[in-house]
Amino acid sequence: MGKLTIEELRKIREGARKSRDLREAQGKSRITVHMGTCGIASGARDVMDALLKAIDTHHIEGVLITTSGCAGLCSMEPMATVEFLDQPPVKYVELDAEKIVRILLEHAVEGKIVEEYALAIGSEKMS
Amino acid sequence: MKELALHILDIAENSIRAHADRIVIEIVESEERNELTMTITDNGEGMDDETLSRVMDPFFTTKTVRRIGIGLSLLDQAARQTGGGTTIESTRGKGTRITARFTLDHVDRQPVGDLASTMSILIGGNPSIDFVLRHDRGKDGFLFETRSLREELGDVDLNEPEVLNFIAGLVRERRNLSDDSVTV
Repeated sequence: MGKLTIEELRKIREGARKSRDLREAQGKSRITVHMGTCGIASGARDVMDALLKAIDTHHIEGVLITTSGCAGLCSMEPMATVEFLDQPPVKYVELDAEKIVRILLEHAVEGKIVEEYALAIGSEKMS
Repeated sequence: MKELALHILDIAENSIRAHADRIVIEIVESEERNELTMTITDNGEGMDDETLSRVMDPFFTTKTVRRIGIGLSLLDQAARQTGGGTTIESTRGKGTRITARFTLDHVDRQPVGDLASTMSILIGGNPSIDFVLRHDRGKDGFLFETRSLREELGDVDLNEPEVLNFIAGLVRERRNLSDDSVTV
């Protein structure tokens, strides 16, 4: 088992700093993956994994990723909600890794709702 | 739940909903005692005695969106099917500690699973929370905590993609921080 040196950690810090500066995240949209027991048992971890990887590989800027608990629609998990400031949130249901990446790229980044995966618009507000 | 790392994600998410800002996850595997112990300790809101007495009941929950709370009962069932069990200690205003004990070599014991993914998701979704992960496997031990890493990273957040990839690699390889870099 190897050990991490201070030099390696500095490189990680500098690399992250550079890419953050390039991305200039402005918090344009937020994706919340619902991580209740029902969501996790249905595959929410794979959905969140795919989302975090896609943010990295596509160099996405301005999308905040967060988690929440059960949304009350357990049979439709895994679920995620996409929010833009001053717009009604959109809930997406029965997600998988492929669907969430499409939602990220088309909705959270481009602003176009992916209607075929959407359950409802409204009911929550971005705080 | 197919693996213990998913139970950890579930229980830690409960801690986050209980407004914990420090969550300690400990996994101890002892071949000598033929036991795997998983403990999750938080400094969240904690529970009163009434809630604590009913917390294993799948039809009891403090949630308002749907009146079912199956996370802890699923964990308890997973532990009991190996001959183990679960204990919960909680103090209102101070926090909660959940300990699940499994028979290590029992055929029905779920594997530890993808801890790297669980940790990067917990940290990625909640970068301001202090997480500690300790995995003791007898011969080798692994200890990771976000507070000292955050201090070292300065103005770089823990949920930056490079940092999350780094954390996932660290946990996947069970790679300890060296004594001359970060004190954990």
